[in-house]
Amino acid sequence: MISFTKYRKIFYAFSLVLIIAAIASMVIFGLRLGIEFTGGSVLEVKYKQQAPVLENIKKQTDALNLGEVAVQVAGEQRVILKMKPISEAGKENILQKLEALGEIEKGSESFQVIGPVIGKELKNKTKIVVFLSLLSILVYIAISFRKISRPVKSWVYGFTGIVALCHDIIIPLGVFAWLGRYLGAEITIPIITALLTVFGYSINDSVVVFDRIRENLFKSKGESFDTIVDASLNQTLGRSVNTSFTVILVLLAILLFGGNTLRYFALALLLGVGFGTYSSIFVASLLVVTIFESREKRGLKRPRRG
Amino acid sequence: MTKSANKIYLAVVLCLTVACLLLVFPGPVNRVLSYLNIGFIPHLPEKNFKLGLDLQGGSHLVYEADVSQVELKGRKDSMQGLRDVIERRVNMFGVTEAVVSTQQAGDSERLVVELPGVKDINKAIEMIGKTPYLEFKEESPNNTTSSEPSFVSTKLTGQYLKKATLSFEQSTMASEVLLEFNDEGAAIFKELTEKNINKRIAIYIDNVLISAPVVREAISGGKAQITGTFSVQEAKDLVRNLNAGALPLPIKLISQTNIGPTLGLVSLQQSLRAAWFGLIGICLFMLVFYRFSGFFACLSLITYAAILLCLFKFIPVTLTLAGIGGGVLSVGMAVDANILIFERMKEERKKGENFQKSLELGFSRAWPSIRDSNLTTLLIAVIMFGFGSSFVKGFALTLSLGILISMFSAMFATKLWMNIFVGTRLENIKKLWL
Repeated sequence: MISFTKYRKIFYAFSLVLIIAAIASMVIFGLRLGIEFTGGSVLEVKYKQQAPVLENIKKQTDALNLGEVAVQVAGEQRVILKMKPISEAGKENILQKLEALGEIEKGSESFQVIGPVIGKELKNKTKIVVFLSLLSILVYIAISFRKISRPVKSWVYGFTGIVALCHDIIIPLGVFAWLGRYLGAEITIPIITALLTVFGYSINDSVVVFDRIRENLFKSKGESFDTIVDASLNQTLGRSVNTSFTVILVLLAILLFGGNTLRYFALALLLGVGFGTYSSIFVASLLVVTIFESREKRGLKRPRRG
Repeated sequence: MTKSANKIYLAVVLCLTVACLLLVFPGPVNRVLSYLNIGFIPHLPEKNFKLGLDLQGGSHLVYEADVSQVELKGRKDSMQGLRDVIERRVNMFGVTEAVVSTQQAGDSERLVVELPGVKDINKAIEMIGKTPYLEFKEESPNNTTSSEPSFVSTKLTGQYLKKATLSFEQSTMASEVLLEFNDEGAAIFKELTEKNINKRIAIYIDNVLISAPVVREAISGGKAQITGTFSVQEAKDLVRNLNAGALPLPIKLISQTNIGPTLGLVSLQQSLRAAWFGLIGICLFMLVFYRFSGFFACLSLITYAAILLCLFKFIPVTLTLAGIGGGVLSVGMAVDANILIFERMKEERKKGENFQKSLELGFSRAWPSIRDSNLTTLLIAVIMFGFGSSFVKGFALTLSLGILISMFSAMFATKLWMNIFVGTRLENIKKLWL
């Protein structure tokens, strides 16, 4: 049997370092919001041969006076241009300029314009959805844990579950801030979708371990709380690792073979599910033990009245 | 469950799986049927999966309608009229399966146009953009003293236009445009002219005053003419555009997404490849870790995939990249249930339970966890579905469908398979099972 509770300080430290790094990354690099939130236009084309060098494309687009144009070369042949909302005619102008640099594969282009009004709307909608998801998760936890209250109050499980959830969301966001700085990754609707899915996944992963703790508590014959938690973690370890592994397998398949559009989506899910599994084992349940022990200590000093 | 009942259920599941597979891939069977040429056996329906714009290429356009001039009550009607006009236009352009729908977002009214597989998107957009906005206005009642009367909007708009023709004024040979309203429009026009005898009625096209003749008498035939200062060519263009439909409301393009058809195809191929690799990876994993049990989990996975694909095809679910992503993810979650069960069975066997007992306990004790995990994901999926963005909707829909079917395949189908071996010699070879 692996004693998780014994080494919990190491696990906490590891998670804490990651969270601090993630927050630092968000503060330093900032999150790049996709054009669906900010409004703007994206034109993506694929050259038949090697895409022209960045400077040449920039020179061409600068001549059009479109304001700031962010040019990205993705892979060997793809070029992505991002700028303020432009008209259909404006797009044709750019395409002509790009054609001058090399032959573009017909039918492989994509073009998207989002007006600022829609962007603002989506931002608000996203806030509502995130809020509703959090709320429903809270209700779910409250319902699942209303029955256990000994030796730890049920809100403690809920609280640690939420801590684990934050852990699983903050770390991928930090990674995306960093990727945004260096690879131009943006927080888009797919990323939000992925993280919302992680909400459900993460909380549920924690709940499964909690369920086992509850079951073992009922059966216990006076073992200490940390022994019970350790036993529960050992019993659910195979299950936690294996179920996550299957999901990670399919996500890896999407990440590697699923094409550009789904790549960051799969990555966000992968990070969320990966850290979700980690946190359900190493953060959520162990925090319950820590909170329990600190309350015990206080309880010893200040005996409860009553 | 008795042995024979188990066999019957298993046969039903197998038939269901085969039927779904045949409906999803009808090609080979139909070819055989055609070859045999037996009259009384009907062919299987050949139906294609419905692909979203991101997988087949196409254009998604969002227009905002200016409803500031329309009373709150009449907005729905105007939007409906707008939708019909644009739909007619798009169909005239030869786009099959175009979807034009209205959408309300807060105070604003939107028109969403989806044009699948359009080769020449620019032309389509231009075509929609050229739809003229025709409007009849009457003199403002509180503005009679000034020499330049101001005009206010009336109910009569391009929505009620039946057809427009070009003609020439007899004396001056100036070109004019004759308008003919439909019955409803004719009634409105009659009422309008009755009310405005000896006053002017102004005709606006694209918010520009074209002419403002004085009404002499009530006009009942539903015919009006616009005599402006058109050149012949201008008049011709106007007639053509009016005949293709005149807008009841002015519109403005506020967002668009165009996906080239080749890009769509590549995305489709890539996502399908990802799905295959994911499925194969999972099957290998299950076989290696759970051996014989894993094998039956894989068999259930086939049932799962067959039913899911069949539903996708016949509901039909519009498959998008996000949708395929959700479907693939749900495969991962589908075997989760089996893993929970097998792990539980392992524990029960360690405690010394026999095969049958551990099977029963494994399934019954793993159920709360399976239920909870699927419930949380479903909960989030439902919330996401209300979000409205098509990416999120596609993902949430396929994920929820996948989860629901996976509960059936993992809990029911797998158990049926494993039950066969209760009481056989194979059940005692522990290594074989877990």
